[in-house]
Amino acid sequence: MLQRSLPIFFAGLVGIFMAVQYFVLHPGMARIYNLVLDWKQVVFACTLMLGVFSLIRFHWRKIARRTADAFYSLVVVISCSITVLAAAVFGTETGPYTWLYDRVQAPMQATMFSLLAYFVASASYRAFRARSVHATLLLLAGAVVMLGRVPTGDLIGFELHGQRVSLASIAAWILDTPNLAAKRGILIGVGLGMISTSLRIILGIERAYLGLSRGTGADI
Amino acid sequence: MPGLRRLTFLWILWLSIGRAIPAPAQEQALAQEQAPAEGEPAAEARWFDPDRLDVLIPTLIFAGLLLAFVASARRGTRLFVRRIPGLDAIDEAIGRATEMGKPVLYLPGLDEMDQPGTVASMNILGQVAEKAAAYETRVTVPNRDPMVMSVAQDVVRTAYGRAGRPDLYREEDVYYVTYSQFGYAAAVSGLMLRQRPAANFFIGHFFAEALVMAETGQSTGAIQIAGTDSDAQLPFFITSCDYTLIGEELYAASVYLSGEPLLLGSLKAQDAAKLLIIVYVVIGVVAAFLNLKLDFWTGQGG
Repeated sequence: MLQRSLPIFFAGLVGIFMAVQYFVLHPGMARIYNLVLDWKQVVFACTLMLGVFSLIRFHWRKIARRTADAFYSLVVVISCSITVLAAAVFGTETGPYTWLYDRVQAPMQATMFSLLAYFVASASYRAFRARSVHATLLLLAGAVVMLGRVPTGDLIGFELHGQRVSLASIAAWILDTPNLAAKRGILIGVGLGMISTSLRIILGIERAYLGLSRGTGADI
Repeated sequence: MPGLRRLTFLWILWLSIGRAIPAPAQEQALAQEQAPAEGEPAAEARWFDPDRLDVLIPTLIFAGLLLAFVASARRGTRLFVRRIPGLDAIDEAIGRATEMGKPVLYLPGLDEMDQPGTVASMNILGQVAEKAAAYETRVTVPNRDPMVMSVAQDVVRTAYGRAGRPDLYREEDVYYVTYSQFGYAAAVSGLMLRQRPAANFFIGHFFAEALVMAETGQSTGAIQIAGTDSDAQLPFFITSCDYTLIGEELYAASVYLSGEPLLLGSLKAQDAAKLLIIVYVVIGVVAAFLNLKLDFWTGQGG
Protein backbone atom coordinates (compact mmCIF):
# COMPACT_ATOMS: atom_id res chain seq x y z
CA MET A 1 0.00 0.00 0.00
CA LEU A 2 2.77 2.41 1.05
CA GLN A 3 4.72 1.42 -2.04
CA ARG A 4 2.00 3.11 -4.12
CA SER A 5 0.67 5.89 -1.90
CA LEU A 6 4.05 7.26 -0.77
CA PRO A 7 5.36 8.08 -4.30
CA ILE A 8 1.96 9.57 -5.21
CA PHE A 9 2.05 11.74 -2.08
CA PHE A 10 5.61 12.94 -2.78
CA ALA A 11 4.87 13.59 -6.46
CA GLY A 12 1.87 15.71 -5.42
CA LEU A 13 3.89 17.55 -2.79
CA VAL A 14 6.78 18.35 -5.16
CA GLY A 15 4.29 19.23 -7.91
CA ILE A 16 2.53 21.76 -5.64
CA PHE A 17 5.90 23.21 -4.58
CA MET A 18 7.10 23.57 -8.20
CA ALA A 19 3.84 25.33 -9.15
CA VAL A 20 3.95 27.66 -6.14
CA GLN A 21 7.64 28.57 -6.49
CA TYR A 22 6.98 29.89 -10.00
CA PHE A 23 4.82 32.67 -8.51
CA VAL A 24 7.08 33.45 -5.55
CA LEU A 25 10.11 35.74 -5.64
CA HIS A 26 12.02 34.58 -2.60
CA PRO A 27 15.65 33.42 -2.34
CA GLY A 28 14.62 30.59 -0.01
CA MET A 29 12.24 29.22 -2.62
CA ALA A 30 14.90 29.54 -5.33
CA ARG A 31 17.31 27.59 -3.13
CA ILE A 32 14.87 24.71 -2.62
CA TYR A 33 14.05 24.77 -6.34
CA ASN A 34 17.76 24.39 -7.21
CA LEU A 35 18.05 21.61 -4.66
CA VAL A 36 15.18 19.73 -6.30
CA LEU A 37 16.89 20.10 -9.68
CA ASP A 38 20.11 18.75 -8.14
CA TRP A 39 18.23 15.74 -6.80
CA LYS A 40 16.87 15.13 -10.26
CA GLN A 41 20.45 14.90 -11.57
CA VAL A 42 21.36 12.50 -8.77
CA VAL A 43 18.37 10.28 -9.52
CA PHE A 44 19.24 10.36 -13.22
CA ALA A 45 22.85 9.33 -12.54
CA CYS A 46 21.61 6.38 -10.50
CA THR A 47 19.10 5.23 -13.09
CA LEU A 48 21.86 5.46 -15.70
CA MET A 49 23.44 2.55 -13.86
CA LEU A 50 20.24 0.55 -14.44
CA GLY A 51 20.36 1.60 -18.11
CA VAL A 52 23.94 0.45 -18.66
CA PHE A 53 23.16 -2.80 -16.85
CA SER A 54 20.14 -3.33 -19.12
CA LEU A 55 22.23 -2.57 -22.24
CA ILE A 56 25.01 -4.98 -21.35
CA ARG A 57 22.57 -7.74 -20.36
CA PHE A 58 20.56 -7.29 -23.57
CA HIS A 59 23.63 -7.60 -25.80
CA TRP A 60 25.30 -10.27 -23.70
CA ARG A 61 22.27 -12.53 -24.13
CA LYS A 62 22.42 -12.03 -27.88
CA ILE A 63 26.09 -12.97 -27.93
CA ALA A 64 25.46 -16.01 -25.73
CA ARG A 65 22.61 -17.20 -27.95
CA ARG A 66 24.71 -16.53 -31.08
CA THR A 67 21.80 -14.82 -32.83
CA ALA A 68 22.13 -13.58 -36.43
CA ASP A 69 23.10 -10.06 -35.34
CA ALA A 70 25.31 -11.13 -32.42
CA PHE A 71 28.30 -9.51 -34.12
CA TYR A 72 26.79 -6.03 -33.64
CA SER A 73 26.19 -6.82 -29.98
CA LEU A 74 29.83 -7.83 -29.63
CA VAL A 75 30.85 -4.46 -31.12
CA VAL A 76 28.61 -2.66 -28.59
CA VAL A 77 29.97 -4.57 -25.57
CA ILE A 78 33.62 -4.18 -26.64
CA SER A 79 33.35 -0.48 -27.53
CA CYS A 80 31.39 0.28 -24.34
CA SER A 81 34.02 -1.50 -22.22
CA ILE A 82 36.91 0.28 -23.98
CA THR A 83 35.25 3.69 -23.49
CA VAL A 84 34.56 3.05 -19.79
CA LEU A 85 38.14 1.83 -19.24
CA ALA A 86 39.61 4.79 -21.13
CA ALA A 87 37.63 7.22 -18.96
CA ALA A 88 38.40 5.38 -15.71
CA VAL A 89 42.14 5.00 -16.33
CA PHE A 90 43.06 8.19 -18.23
CA GLY A 91 40.28 10.58 -17.16
CA THR A 92 37.68 12.40 -19.25
CA GLU A 93 39.52 15.68 -19.93
CA THR A 94 42.32 14.42 -22.19
CA GLY A 95 43.71 11.14 -23.49
CA PRO A 96 42.05 8.19 -25.21
CA TYR A 97 38.54 9.00 -23.95
CA THR A 98 38.55 12.46 -25.61
CA TRP A 99 40.15 10.94 -28.70
CA LEU A 100 37.35 8.36 -28.90
CA TYR A 101 34.75 11.07 -28.48
CA ASP A 102 36.25 13.49 -31.02
CA ARG A 103 37.35 10.95 -33.62
CA VAL A 104 34.68 8.25 -33.35
CA GLN A 105 31.48 9.33 -31.61
CA ALA A 106 31.20 12.92 -32.89
CA PRO A 107 31.77 11.99 -36.59
CA MET A 108 29.26 9.13 -36.31
CA GLN A 109 26.66 11.47 -34.82
CA ALA A 110 27.36 14.04 -37.54
CA THR A 111 26.94 11.33 -40.19
CA MET A 112 23.53 10.35 -38.82
CA PHE A 113 22.50 13.99 -38.64
CA SER A 114 23.58 14.64 -42.23
CA LEU A 115 21.45 11.71 -43.40
CA LEU A 116 18.50 13.93 -42.55
CA ALA A 117 19.02 15.84 -45.82
CA TYR A 118 18.31 12.68 -47.84
CA PHE A 119 15.35 11.74 -45.68
CA VAL A 120 13.90 15.26 -46.06
CA ALA A 121 14.22 14.88 -49.83
CA SER A 122 12.45 11.50 -49.91
CA ALA A 123 9.72 12.68 -47.52
CA SER A 124 9.18 15.89 -49.54
CA TYR A 125 8.88 13.89 -52.75
CA ARG A 126 6.05 11.84 -51.24
CA ALA A 127 4.33 14.84 -49.62
CA PHE A 128 4.46 17.05 -52.70
CA ARG A 129 2.96 14.63 -55.19
CA ALA A 130 -0.06 16.57 -56.47
CA ARG A 131 -2.64 13.78 -56.23
CA SER A 132 -5.40 15.76 -54.52
CA VAL A 133 -6.45 19.37 -54.01
CA HIS A 134 -4.82 19.42 -50.55
CA ALA A 135 -1.54 17.97 -51.83
CA THR A 136 -1.53 20.50 -54.69
CA LEU A 137 -2.06 23.38 -52.24
CA LEU A 138 0.77 22.01 -50.11
CA LEU A 139 3.00 21.75 -53.15
CA LEU A 140 2.24 25.35 -54.19
CA ALA A 141 2.72 26.72 -50.67
CA GLY A 142 5.94 24.71 -50.28
CA ALA A 143 7.31 25.97 -53.61
CA VAL A 144 6.48 29.61 -52.75
CA VAL A 145 8.01 29.35 -49.25
CA MET A 146 11.18 27.64 -50.50
CA LEU A 147 11.68 30.16 -53.32
CA GLY A 148 10.76 33.03 -51.02
CA ARG A 149 13.45 32.08 -48.50
CA VAL A 150 16.32 32.38 -50.99
CA PRO A 151 17.67 35.66 -52.51
CA THR A 152 15.96 34.88 -55.85
CA GLY A 153 12.60 35.19 -54.09
CA ASP A 154 13.14 38.92 -53.69
CA LEU A 155 13.68 39.33 -57.43
CA ILE A 156 10.50 37.49 -58.50
CA GLY A 157 7.39 39.62 -58.01
CA PHE A 158 4.94 42.13 -59.41
CA GLU A 159 3.51 45.58 -58.76
CA LEU A 160 0.06 45.85 -57.14
CA HIS A 161 -1.48 49.27 -56.50
CA GLY A 162 1.98 50.81 -56.53
CA GLN A 163 3.37 48.28 -54.04
CA ARG A 164 5.82 45.54 -54.89
CA VAL A 165 4.64 42.04 -54.03
CA SER A 166 7.54 39.57 -54.14
CA LEU A 167 7.69 35.83 -53.53
CA ALA A 168 9.59 36.64 -50.34
CA SER A 169 6.70 38.74 -49.00
CA ILE A 170 4.13 36.04 -49.95
CA ALA A 171 6.32 33.42 -48.22
CA ALA A 172 6.54 35.62 -45.13
CA TRP A 173 2.72 36.02 -45.13
CA ILE A 174 2.21 32.23 -45.44
CA LEU A 175 4.59 31.61 -42.54
CA ASP A 176 3.35 34.43 -40.30
CA THR A 177 -0.39 34.17 -40.86
CA PRO A 178 -1.99 30.81 -41.80
CA ASN A 179 1.02 28.73 -40.69
CA LEU A 180 1.46 30.53 -37.37
CA ALA A 181 -2.29 30.46 -36.67
CA ALA A 182 -2.39 26.68 -37.12
CA LYS A 183 0.79 26.27 -35.07
CA ARG A 184 -0.60 28.36 -32.22
CA GLY A 185 -3.82 26.35 -32.28
CA ILE A 186 -1.78 23.16 -31.86
CA LEU A 187 0.40 24.73 -29.16
CA ILE A 188 -2.61 25.93 -27.13
CA GLY A 189 -4.01 22.39 -27.20
CA VAL A 190 -0.62 20.95 -26.22
CA GLY A 191 -0.29 23.49 -23.39
CA LEU A 192 -3.70 22.56 -21.99
CA GLY A 193 -2.83 18.87 -22.26
CA MET A 194 0.42 19.46 -20.37
CA ILE A 195 -1.26 21.46 -17.58
CA SER A 196 -4.00 18.86 -17.35
CA THR A 197 -1.48 16.00 -17.07
CA SER A 198 0.50 17.91 -14.43
CA LEU A 199 -2.63 18.64 -12.38
CA ARG A 200 -3.67 14.99 -12.62
CA ILE A 201 -0.26 13.97 -11.24
CA ILE A 202 -0.57 16.50 -8.39
CA LEU A 203 -4.06 15.23 -7.58
CA GLY A 204 -2.88 11.61 -7.72
CA ILE A 205 -5.28 10.65 -10.52
CA GLU A 206 -2.49 10.05 -13.05
CA ARG A 207 -0.22 7.12 -12.15
CA ALA A 208 1.39 6.16 -15.45
CA TYR A 209 4.72 7.61 -14.29
CA LEU A 210 4.80 4.93 -11.60
CA GLY A 211 4.36 2.22 -14.17
CA LEU A 212 0.73 1.84 -13.11
CA SER A 213 -1.18 2.44 -16.31
CA ARG A 214 -4.94 1.95 -16.03
CA GLY A 215 -6.93 -1.02 -17.23
CA THR A 216 -8.54 -0.93 -20.63
CA GLY A 217 -11.75 0.98 -20.49
CA ALA A 218 -12.20 1.41 -24.20
CA ASP A 219 -11.42 -1.09 -26.91
CA ILE A 220 -8.48 0.09 -28.90
CA MET B 1 17.03 -7.13 -10.96
CA PRO B 2 14.82 -6.27 -7.93
CA GLY B 3 18.00 -6.42 -5.80
CA LEU B 4 19.72 -3.94 -8.10
CA ARG B 5 16.67 -1.68 -7.94
CA ARG B 6 16.66 -1.74 -4.16
CA LEU B 7 20.38 -0.98 -4.16
CA THR B 8 19.80 1.92 -6.57
CA PHE B 9 16.96 3.22 -4.39
CA LEU B 10 19.18 3.13 -1.29
CA TRP B 11 21.95 4.89 -3.19
CA ILE B 12 19.53 7.61 -4.35
CA LEU B 13 18.29 8.00 -0.78
CA TRP B 14 21.84 8.27 0.57
CA LEU B 15 22.92 10.81 -2.06
CA SER B 16 19.69 12.79 -1.63
CA ILE B 17 20.17 13.05 2.13
CA GLY B 18 23.75 14.14 1.48
CA ARG B 19 22.49 16.78 -0.91
CA ALA B 20 19.72 17.94 1.41
CA ILE B 21 22.14 18.72 4.25
CA PRO B 22 24.82 20.89 2.65
CA ALA B 23 28.20 21.11 4.37
CA PRO B 24 29.07 24.53 5.95
CA ALA B 25 31.58 25.19 3.15
CA GLN B 26 28.87 24.45 0.59
CA GLU B 27 26.45 26.77 2.42
CA GLN B 28 29.02 29.54 2.28
CA ALA B 29 29.74 28.96 -1.41
CA LEU B 30 26.00 28.94 -2.16
CA ALA B 31 25.46 32.18 -0.25
CA GLN B 32 28.31 33.81 -2.17
CA GLU B 33 26.91 32.52 -5.45
CA GLN B 34 23.45 33.90 -4.70
CA ALA B 35 24.71 37.23 -3.37
CA PRO B 36 24.26 40.15 -5.80
CA ALA B 37 27.35 41.42 -7.62
CA GLU B 38 28.98 44.59 -6.40
CA GLY B 39 27.00 47.65 -7.47
CA GLU B 40 23.90 45.55 -8.26
CA PRO B 41 20.81 46.04 -6.08
CA ALA B 42 19.85 43.08 -3.87
CA ALA B 43 17.00 40.97 -5.27
CA GLU B 44 13.73 41.85 -3.58
CA ALA B 45 12.18 38.97 -1.65
CA ARG B 46 8.45 38.86 -2.32
CA TRP B 47 5.89 36.17 -1.64
CA PHE B 48 4.10 36.90 -4.90
CA ASP B 49 5.49 38.03 -8.24
CA PRO B 50 2.84 40.41 -9.70
CA ASP B 51 4.34 40.02 -13.19
CA ARG B 52 3.01 36.47 -13.22
CA LEU B 53 -0.60 37.34 -12.43
CA ASP B 54 -1.48 36.76 -16.09
CA VAL B 55 -0.30 33.15 -15.68
CA LEU B 56 -1.87 32.61 -12.27
CA ILE B 57 -5.44 33.64 -13.22
CA PRO B 58 -5.83 31.29 -16.24
CA THR B 59 -4.10 28.49 -14.30
CA LEU B 60 -6.54 28.87 -11.40
CA ILE B 61 -9.51 28.97 -13.81
CA PHE B 62 -8.28 25.80 -15.52
CA ALA B 63 -7.59 24.07 -12.20
CA GLY B 64 -11.12 24.99 -11.07
CA LEU B 65 -12.62 23.55 -14.26
CA LEU B 66 -10.59 20.37 -13.89
CA LEU B 67 -11.64 19.89 -10.27
CA ALA B 68 -15.29 20.52 -11.20
CA PHE B 69 -15.26 17.96 -14.01
CA VAL B 70 -13.34 15.39 -11.96
CA ALA B 71 -15.85 15.83 -9.11
CA SER B 72 -18.67 15.44 -11.61
CA ALA B 73 -17.08 12.21 -12.94
CA ARG B 74 -16.63 10.99 -9.36
CA ARG B 75 -20.36 11.49 -8.76
CA GLY B 76 -20.99 9.13 -11.66
CA THR B 77 -21.91 11.58 -14.45
CA ARG B 78 -21.37 9.87 -17.80
CA LEU B 79 -18.96 11.94 -19.89
CA PHE B 80 -18.96 11.61 -23.65
CA VAL B 81 -15.66 11.95 -25.47
CA ARG B 82 -15.59 11.65 -29.26
CA ARG B 83 -13.47 8.86 -30.72
CA ILE B 84 -10.11 9.78 -32.22
CA PRO B 85 -9.77 8.14 -35.69
CA GLY B 86 -6.07 7.39 -35.18
CA LEU B 87 -6.94 5.05 -32.30
CA ASP B 88 -8.64 2.57 -34.65
CA ALA B 89 -5.32 2.36 -36.43
CA ILE B 90 -3.61 1.10 -33.25
CA ASP B 91 -5.84 -1.97 -33.22
CA GLU B 92 -5.26 -2.45 -36.95
CA ALA B 93 -1.48 -2.19 -36.56
CA ILE B 94 -1.29 -4.75 -33.74
CA GLY B 95 -3.63 -7.05 -35.67
CA ARG B 96 -1.39 -6.82 -38.72
CA ALA B 97 1.74 -7.57 -36.69
CA THR B 98 -0.02 -10.64 -35.25
CA GLU B 99 -1.03 -11.88 -38.70
CA MET B 100 2.52 -11.45 -40.00
CA GLY B 101 4.07 -12.99 -36.90
CA LYS B 102 6.32 -9.97 -36.48
CA PRO B 103 6.95 -7.77 -33.46
CA VAL B 104 5.57 -4.34 -32.65
CA LEU B 105 8.12 -1.56 -32.12
CA TYR B 106 7.18 1.16 -29.62
CA LEU B 107 9.32 4.30 -29.25
CA PRO B 108 8.40 6.45 -26.20
CA GLY B 109 10.16 9.58 -27.46
CA LEU B 110 13.40 11.16 -26.35
CA ASP B 111 12.18 13.23 -23.45
CA GLU B 112 12.56 12.40 -19.79
CA MET B 113 9.96 11.01 -17.42
CA ASP B 114 9.12 14.45 -15.97
CA GLN B 115 7.67 15.60 -19.28
CA PRO B 116 3.88 15.28 -19.69
CA GLY B 117 4.31 13.92 -23.23
CA THR B 118 6.26 10.95 -21.87
CA VAL B 119 3.62 10.34 -19.18
CA ALA B 120 0.97 10.26 -21.94
CA SER B 121 3.17 7.90 -23.95
CA MET B 122 3.43 5.50 -20.99
CA ASN B 123 -0.37 5.41 -20.76
CA ILE B 124 -0.64 4.49 -24.44
CA LEU B 125 2.19 1.95 -24.12
CA GLY B 126 0.18 0.18 -21.41
CA GLN B 127 -2.80 -0.22 -23.73
CA VAL B 128 -0.70 -1.24 -26.74
CA ALA B 129 1.22 -3.82 -24.68
CA GLU B 130 -2.02 -5.22 -23.22
CA LYS B 131 -3.52 -5.66 -26.66
CA ALA B 132 -0.30 -7.16 -28.03
CA ALA B 133 -0.09 -9.57 -25.08
CA ALA B 134 -3.68 -10.68 -25.70
CA TYR B 135 -2.70 -11.45 -29.32
CA GLU B 136 0.58 -13.06 -28.16
CA THR B 137 2.60 -10.54 -30.14
CA ARG B 138 6.00 -9.31 -29.01
CA VAL B 139 6.47 -5.62 -28.14
CA THR B 140 9.97 -4.13 -28.35
CA VAL B 141 10.65 -0.83 -26.55
CA PRO B 142 14.14 0.66 -27.01
CA ASN B 143 14.70 3.63 -24.67
CA ARG B 144 16.91 6.69 -24.66
CA ASP B 145 16.33 7.63 -21.04
CA PRO B 146 17.09 5.08 -18.31
CA MET B 147 14.34 6.45 -16.06
CA VAL B 148 11.78 6.05 -18.85
CA MET B 149 13.10 2.52 -19.44
CA SER B 150 12.47 1.61 -15.81
CA VAL B 151 8.89 2.94 -15.97
CA ALA B 152 8.26 1.31 -19.38
CA GLN B 153 9.36 -2.07 -17.99
CA ASP B 154 6.81 -1.75 -15.18
CA VAL B 155 4.09 -0.57 -17.57
CA VAL B 156 4.62 -3.46 -20.00
CA ARG B 157 4.90 -6.04 -17.20
CA THR B 158 1.62 -4.80 -15.66
CA ALA B 159 -0.07 -4.81 -19.09
CA TYR B 160 0.96 -8.42 -19.76
CA GLY B 161 -0.38 -9.33 -16.35
CA ARG B 162 -3.69 -7.57 -17.07
CA ALA B 163 -3.98 -9.46 -20.34
CA GLY B 164 -3.55 -12.71 -18.40
CA ARG B 165 -0.22 -13.51 -20.06
CA PRO B 166 2.52 -12.58 -17.56
CA ASP B 167 4.50 -15.57 -18.86
CA LEU B 168 5.00 -13.82 -22.21
CA TYR B 169 6.70 -10.77 -20.70
CA ARG B 170 10.43 -10.58 -21.40
CA GLU B 171 12.35 -7.84 -19.62
CA GLU B 172 14.98 -7.71 -22.36
CA ASP B 173 12.33 -6.45 -24.80
CA VAL B 174 12.22 -3.11 -22.93
CA TYR B 175 15.81 -2.00 -22.87
CA TYR B 176 18.17 0.95 -22.76
CA VAL B 177 20.05 1.97 -25.90
CA THR B 178 22.01 5.20 -25.45
CA TYR B 179 21.52 8.78 -24.31
CA SER B 180 23.03 10.06 -27.57
CA GLN B 181 20.27 11.48 -29.79
CA PHE B 182 21.61 10.27 -33.13
CA GLY B 183 23.13 7.16 -31.60
CA TYR B 184 19.56 6.26 -30.58
CA ALA B 185 18.30 7.03 -34.11
CA ALA B 186 21.02 4.80 -35.61
CA ALA B 187 20.21 1.93 -33.22
CA VAL B 188 16.47 2.17 -33.90
CA SER B 189 16.98 2.40 -37.66
CA GLY B 190 19.22 -0.68 -37.56
CA LEU B 191 16.61 -2.53 -35.50
CA MET B 192 13.90 -1.64 -38.03
CA LEU B 193 16.00 -2.93 -40.93
CA ARG B 194 17.10 -6.16 -39.21
CA GLN B 195 13.95 -7.09 -37.28
CA ARG B 196 11.43 -5.63 -39.77
CA PRO B 197 8.64 -4.96 -37.23
CA ALA B 198 5.18 -4.96 -38.77
CA ALA B 199 4.04 -1.92 -36.76
CA ASN B 200 6.02 1.06 -35.51
CA PHE B 201 4.69 3.43 -32.84
CA PHE B 202 6.33 6.82 -32.35
CA ILE B 203 4.53 8.16 -29.30
CA GLY B 204 6.03 10.97 -27.21
CA HIS B 205 8.28 13.96 -27.71
CA PHE B 206 10.79 13.76 -30.55
CA PHE B 207 13.47 16.03 -31.98
CA ALA B 208 15.45 16.13 -35.24
CA GLU B 209 15.96 12.36 -35.24
CA ALA B 210 12.22 11.80 -35.83
CA LEU B 211 12.45 11.87 -39.62
CA VAL B 212 15.46 9.51 -39.74
CA MET B 213 13.52 6.86 -37.82
CA ALA B 214 10.13 7.47 -39.46
CA GLU B 215 11.56 7.34 -43.00
CA THR B 216 13.53 4.18 -42.24
CA GLY B 217 10.35 2.59 -40.89
CA GLN B 218 8.50 3.74 -44.00
CA SER B 219 11.07 2.05 -46.23
CA THR B 220 10.49 -1.29 -44.45
CA GLY B 221 6.76 -1.17 -45.27
CA ALA B 222 5.65 -1.21 -41.62
CA ILE B 223 2.37 0.38 -40.61
CA GLN B 224 3.37 3.48 -38.67
CA ILE B 225 1.46 5.42 -36.02
CA ALA B 226 2.86 8.60 -34.52
CA GLY B 227 1.67 10.86 -31.72
CA THR B 228 3.67 13.85 -30.65
CA ASP B 229 3.37 17.22 -28.95
CA SER B 230 6.46 18.45 -30.77
CA ASP B 231 5.07 20.89 -33.34
CA ALA B 232 8.34 20.99 -35.30
CA GLN B 233 8.26 17.23 -35.95
CA LEU B 234 4.56 16.97 -36.82
CA PRO B 235 4.99 17.62 -40.58
CA PHE B 236 7.60 14.86 -40.79
CA PHE B 237 5.41 12.34 -39.00
CA ILE B 238 2.37 13.28 -41.08
CA THR B 239 4.43 12.65 -44.22
CA SER B 240 6.09 9.40 -43.15
CA CYS B 241 3.43 7.74 -40.98
CA ASP B 242 0.03 6.24 -41.74
CA TYR B 243 -1.68 7.94 -38.78
CA THR B 244 -0.58 10.81 -36.60
CA LEU B 245 -2.02 11.97 -33.29
CA ILE B 246 -1.52 15.72 -33.51
CA GLY B 247 -0.52 17.69 -30.43
CA GLU B 248 -3.24 17.47 -27.80
CA GLU B 249 -4.59 14.25 -29.38
CA LEU B 250 -1.59 12.54 -27.77
CA TYR B 251 -2.87 13.53 -24.32
CA ALA B 252 -6.49 12.88 -25.26
CA ALA B 253 -5.64 9.41 -26.62
CA SER B 254 -3.84 8.41 -23.45
CA VAL B 255 -6.86 9.42 -21.38
CA TYR B 256 -9.41 8.00 -23.82
CA LEU B 257 -7.72 4.60 -23.95
CA SER B 258 -7.60 4.35 -20.16
CA GLY B 259 -11.40 4.75 -20.05
CA GLU B 260 -10.98 5.99 -16.47
CA PRO B 261 -13.89 8.37 -15.63
CA LEU B 262 -11.69 10.67 -13.51
CA LEU B 263 -9.21 11.05 -16.35
CA LEU B 264 -12.05 11.62 -18.82
CA GLY B 265 -13.20 14.41 -16.50
CA SER B 266 -9.87 16.15 -16.99
CA LEU B 267 -10.24 15.78 -20.74
CA LYS B 268 -13.63 17.52 -20.57
CA ALA B 269 -11.98 20.31 -18.56
CA GLN B 270 -9.51 20.75 -21.44
CA ASP B 271 -12.43 21.11 -23.86
CA ALA B 272 -14.11 23.67 -21.61
CA ALA B 273 -10.85 25.63 -21.33
CA LYS B 274 -10.52 25.61 -25.12
CA LEU B 275 -14.03 27.02 -25.39
CA LEU B 276 -13.06 29.84 -23.01
CA ILE B 277 -9.94 30.53 -25.06
CA ILE B 278 -12.00 30.69 -28.26
CA VAL B 279 -14.36 33.20 -26.61
CA TYR B 280 -11.34 35.19 -25.40
CA VAL B 281 -9.82 35.19 -28.92
CA VAL B 282 -13.12 36.34 -30.46
CA ILE B 283 -13.37 39.18 -27.90
CA GLY B 284 -9.77 40.10 -28.74
CA VAL B 285 -10.46 40.16 -32.48
CA VAL B 286 -13.59 42.32 -32.02
CA ALA B 287 -11.68 44.64 -29.66
CA ALA B 288 -8.85 44.94 -32.21
CA PHE B 289 -11.37 45.88 -34.93
CA LEU B 290 -12.91 48.50 -32.62
CA ASN B 291 -9.45 49.68 -31.55
CA LEU B 292 -10.16 48.96 -27.86
CA LYS B 293 -7.29 48.16 -25.53
CA LEU B 294 -7.92 45.17 -23.25
CA ASP B 295 -4.53 44.89 -21.53
CA PHE B 296 -6.13 45.10 -18.11
CA TRP B 297 -3.51 42.68 -16.69
CA THR B 298 -1.10 45.56 -16.50
CA GLY B 299 -3.72 48.06 -15.40
CA GLN B 300 -3.13 50.16 -18.49
CA GLY B 301 -6.30 49.21 -20.39
CA GLY B 302 -8.58 51.90 -21.67
